[in-house]
Amino acid sequence: MLLVEDLWSRYGRIEVLHGINLEVKAGEVVAVVGANGAGKTTLLRCLSGVQPMAAGTITFRGSNITRVPAHRRLGLGLAQSPEGRQIFTNLSVEENLRLGAYLYKDARVEKDMEEAFTLFPILKTKRNLNAGDLSGGQQQMLAIGRALMGRPHCLLLDEPSMGLAPILVDQILDVVKNLRSYGVTALLVEQNAFAALSIADRGYVMEIGKITMSGPAQELIADERVREAYLGI
Amino acid sequence: MSELLQFFFSGITVGAIYSLVALGFIIIYNSSGVVNFAQGEFVMLGGMSTVFLFNAGVPLAIAAVAAILITCLVGIALNKLAIEPAKGASVVTLIIITIGASIFIRGMAQLVFDKQFHRFPSFSGDDPFLIGGATILPQGVWMIAGAIAVFIGLFVFFTYSLTGKAVLATSNNKLAARLVGISTNMMMTLSFGLSAAIGALAGVLVTPITLTSYDVGIALALKGFAAAILGGMGSPFGALVGGILVGLIEAMTAGYISSEYKDAASFIVILAVLFVMPNGIFGRSTIDRV
Repeated sequence: MLLVEDLWSRYGRIEVLHGINLEVKAGEVVAVVGANGAGKTTLLRCLSGVQPMAAGTITFRGSNITRVPAHRRLGLGLAQSPEGRQIFTNLSVEENLRLGAYLYKDARVEKDMEEAFTLFPILKTKRNLNAGDLSGGQQQMLAIGRALMGRPHCLLLDEPSMGLAPILVDQILDVVKNLRSYGVTALLVEQNAFAALSIADRGYVMEIGKITMSGPAQELIADERVREAYLGI
Repeated sequence: MSELLQFFFSGITVGAIYSLVALGFIIIYNSSGVVNFAQGEFVMLGGMSTVFLFNAGVPLAIAAVAAILITCLVGIALNKLAIEPAKGASVVTLIIITIGASIFIRGMAQLVFDKQFHRFPSFSGDDPFLIGGATILPQGVWMIAGAIAVFIGLFVFFTYSLTGKAVLATSNNKLAARLVGISTNMMMTLSFGLSAAIGALAGVLVTPITLTSYDVGIALALKGFAAAILGGMGSPFGALVGGILVGLIEAMTAGYISSEYKDAASFIVILAVLFVMPNGIFGRSTIDRV
């Protein structure tokens, strides 16, 4: 589904990613965990094309998308629910969802919106409210719902649990875990390593711009070094 | 009484033009947060191009449409050549670029056209309508109708069309707009083209009454800007009402105080709004949840 080879990126002169290699297979939930500042968000920004890359290639569903501009990547099936939600605060909940399907004008848009409301019923009751008035958790649901409206094959999720109450974290991660039943593959980036790894099939551990460990999520959870560094056990 | 009515009529006629200029301002503002100070030059280009095409023998209606299209292209060129290359620059930098562009367009207009005042005939003659002892010119009715038609068009565009919402989304969050597949460059091009066309339409409508020359844009831009601020930057309805109000204040100042102070009225409006209600009449205060 998604193959990242030797990806380098920098902000100005500060190099953030030093050669990332990563693969996500169709139908998987893959978690990238690591501390704040490890470069996880930069990685996802590169994948979506909103962050310039210094070197490397991104292959998505068999074609090289390294140079595809950001606004064309959703059409290829690669969506992102960005860090900090980034919803359109000047538009209503429903308009946010509708814009998620900006590329489409067919009858499926309506159906997908109902689906999003089934996934997050609270959004339906607030559909006409200004999205900026939602709580943090509701905004996160809206960000995921909006990304799903774009009919992705692969969804990139940046810190979906950040700043949420534990009960909401469970609810959101439950949705992520079940994405494959909608035919959506997920790449999840999280500081909350335990929560992310416990719903993922495989995981990568990222430290200051490099992948330092990878493997089945259960093995990573059991790994002594990971437990010490990220799980606080 | 008929005196007041007369001032009222001249106020809303000239106010309609300020509304059109203000509507042009808010389209670009809505998509980018930039106040385009070359907006007045779009009005000038609309009027001047029509004059020169008309004098060259082109029928007035065709000359007017062609002038609007020419100005539209100038607006798109402004975005492509001056705004887009400055990608990532701060809004203030972009605003300064538009000031530079306005000086450039004015200079070019002196060369391409000339420095004389021009006009072309009114659309429906010059016989005024007599209402309650006051008069209004047929061209004035055209101006008011033009402002209302553009307002309705924009209201429908921003409220009901997906493209209109994409413009609003681009202004609110560029990153998120790109992630949902909106080409933000395309939205900027669209805004500049649309805004230029509306400015040009204002120029076409106003020229038979106020005449046009290469430098009429400065004053119109400032008054349109006052209108946009008064209405609340960003709201089409605010721009419409703000324009009419600035026109009325100006006409009343000219009528009851002195026409010498007419032009000061709009500047006093700007200051008063900024001191008393910085969000304008219909503007929403911006509060970000963090």
